[in-house]
Amino acid sequence: MDFGFTLSPSSAVNLDTVDHARYDRLVQLAPDALTCIGCGSCSATCTAAPWSGMSVRKVILCLQRGRDEEVDAMLSRCMLCGKCTMVCPRGINTRHLILTLCRLDRKGEVVR
Amino acid sequence: MVNRTPVIAVIGAGIAGLEAARQLKDLGYKPVLIEKAPVVGGHVAEWNRLFPDLSPAADLVQSLSKGAGSVKTYTDTEIASMGRLKDGYSLILGNGETLLCDAVLFATGFHLFDASKKEEYGYGIYDRVITNRDLEQWFNNRHDPRVANPKAVGFVHCVGSRDVKAGNTQCSKVCCITAIKQAIEIKEEFPEAEVYCFYMDLRLFGKKYEDFYIKAQRDYGIHFIRGRVSEVGEAIDGRVVVKAEDTLNGKPIKVTLDLLVLMAGIVCNPDAQHYAREIGVAVDEDGFLRSRDNVSSIVESSRPGVFYAGACTGAKTIPETLAEARSAALTIHQYFNKRK
Repeated sequence: MDFGFTLSPSSAVNLDTVDHARYDRLVQLAPDALTCIGCGSCSATCTAAPWSGMSVRKVILCLQRGRDEEVDAMLSRCMLCGKCTMVCPRGINTRHLILTLCRLDRKGEVVR
Repeated sequence: MVNRTPVIAVIGAGIAGLEAARQLKDLGYKPVLIEKAPVVGGHVAEWNRLFPDLSPAADLVQSLSKGAGSVKTYTDTEIASMGRLKDGYSLILGNGETLLCDAVLFATGFHLFDASKKEEYGYGIYDRVITNRDLEQWFNNRHDPRVANPKAVGFVHCVGSRDVKAGNTQCSKVCCITAIKQAIEIKEEFPEAEVYCFYMDLRLFGKKYEDFYIKAQRDYGIHFIRGRVSEVGEAIDGRVVVKAEDTLNGKPIKVTLDLLVLMAGIVCNPDAQHYAREIGVAVDEDGFLRSRDNVSSIVESSRPGVFYAGACTGAKTIPETLAEARSAALTIHQYFNKRK
């Protein structure tokens, strides 16, 4: 039946249905991802962030919220310069984290 | 135990040492204060006003040193070495004297983190970057021309705290509330100035702290930005450009400031570690002295006759430090009662 309008999809994160497989595999391979406090130093210092939207902080958060499309878009814009690794107060090897993540598909399988 | 008044060496005459010495004296013991600085009062003596009531720091130091007035006090005196005896400890002082004592109380406090180690924040490189201690000195003597009539001021929380690379993983506890206090004081001095606080988490746990925070937001219009400053640069006119991520908005943020205040945190005192090792007292991984139990006996070491008060076991506020000093005095009292 056509009511003449459509509903926008909900933007809410439903933790009941979020698939953590990729995040779980990431923290197996790069366990320091677990220590992120979301301070934003990585994004603030990122050379590419103001134009590309790259943010390691958001990558780690989006993974936990099942936002894989946003994760993949951000990862594709990283130049791997490693500046974020230098500023992280928790000493996370963000460059290794990004490279590890690039090798995983959305189910957490190592494909590259 | 021999029939004489037990002697307790109190190492450090900051607020913890002064208060503990007074209590020990009142309990009938013979405390001896040893202070390496020329004056007593420690870090608090360098501060101007104290959170959350903006009471003068000098009043507190004065009343504490008056309380410990009749206690034998060595100032300007280092400890050359410490050793264990059968029933006590011996301290060789820098002036050549030897002090034999029945118990030792560490009131060795903390060191303020050296902000120049965080090179990306530019302390010691850029003129307009100062520390919390520099600002307190300005409140005390008004000499520093860099604080003259700023239009925009920033405070960076957690400098050298919660920072693996700075070698200090602990939260310094007092910087959040100190930043709010100093931000309010800056607004009182310069009502036209825009004031920004860059924080990772605001930890306002103490009595009246949350009220102080609301006051900063509501009455003084201080801006709180949730993002850790990643780097600071200098503009061509000598002002400083601060970069952070506004993490609540998810966007990079930058602002040009006339003055940037780094909230240097509380780190362990290496002297305390040195003395502790000499007499076989354990040091925690973070460099602070190890308590016998972190819940039930924070003021006791695992070694008989060695006790702690204040920030030698970790960052503390002033009321916590004073409470610990009193607690340590009572614990020492119990220790001697059991030995009778």
